[in-house]
Amino acid sequence: MIDKTTLWIVIICLGIGSFGLRFVFTGLVGDREMPAWLLRHLRYTAVAILPALVAPQVIAPAATGGQFDPARFAAAAVALAVGVLTKNVLLAIISGAGTLYSLLWLLG
Amino acid sequence: MAITTTKSAFRKGLADAAPFVLVIIPFSSLFGILATEAGLSVFETLAFSVVVIAGAAQFTALQLMQEHAPTAIVLASALAVNLRMAMYSASLTPYIGAAPLWQRALAAYLTVDQSYVCSMAQYEKEPDMTIPQRMSYFFGCVTPIVPLWYLFTLVGALLGTQIPDSWALDFALPITFLAMIAPMFRTPAHVVAALVASIAALATASVPYSLGLILAGMAGMIAGAQTEVWLVRRAERTAG
Repeated sequence: MIDKTTLWIVIICLGIGSFGLRFVFTGLVGDREMPAWLLRHLRYTAVAILPALVAPQVIAPAATGGQFDPARFAAAAVALAVGVLTKNVLLAIISGAGTLYSLLWLLG
Repeated sequence: MAITTTKSAFRKGLADAAPFVLVIIPFSSLFGILATEAGLSVFETLAFSVVVIAGAAQFTALQLMQEHAPTAIVLASALAVNLRMAMYSASLTPYIGAAPLWQRALAAYLTVDQSYVCSMAQYEKEPDMTIPQRMSYFFGCVTPIVPLWYLFTLVGALLGTQIPDSWALDFALPITFLAMIAPMFRTPAHVVAALVASIAALATASVPYSLGLILAGMAGMIAGAQTEVWLVRRAERTAG
């Protein structure tokens, strides 16, 4: 059993802390000029963090107990390739999902 | 279709973020199920999702509380998992830093992986958007995401039924994220950043509390920035 006091301390502190992490730059820096070197790094935040978030799940999905899964790997590759080639997000998602379900069905 | 008004920006954000519904529903209902199984009441479970609104951090905190870890460890671990939000905040600042404070505070509360990736893709694609258009787009993106995050936490807590594993919705997240970032690979520097970050993420997968993700992200950002500097210098040499 989780202690009720602990639970509420965690909920409230985690809420404040998470908000703090999200607000630290947008809120406190605001429209003040940031140095060029920092902006140069920030330009690559999205294309660095999100692939880093996804890569382990593509290579070793939790759903298959960390075992490499050809269906999931192919689905990720197709979604990425279609996205890069067509720049069409919806088409990339549909292609990726189509690949995933076709291969899961074929490889059973 | 180019955005011309704040209203069309909101609608476009809503439409662009709609595919994330497939990610949010299984993820939030799973939290609802696990939290009630851990002994939380329906109200406590919902409060957790509304106050914290961060999937991975919530799962981490729940897990550690069940293991009776000290409260400070629970908080530190869950916040470490959420550390990428500070990086999102920093990278959003050049685009929305000039918006009114209350809008920035609201946007901060609503900054999740999905609203971030959606907005950044749009801001980079159409750099001429005005600040109000950017904010409307952002709030459009969160509209199909956050209410469902609350709602399906509640559904999971009340019904306790899970979407079958055979639906493979675990993989909705990688597919939607990859589809969203693919159009952002505009220069070789962007590709280098993604490659380095992915390889670093695989290499640091065993680092606890998702800190490998932060290291990998930083490695990717440095690689991208350095490639950019190198490309600019090379272009200058060729021109000179």
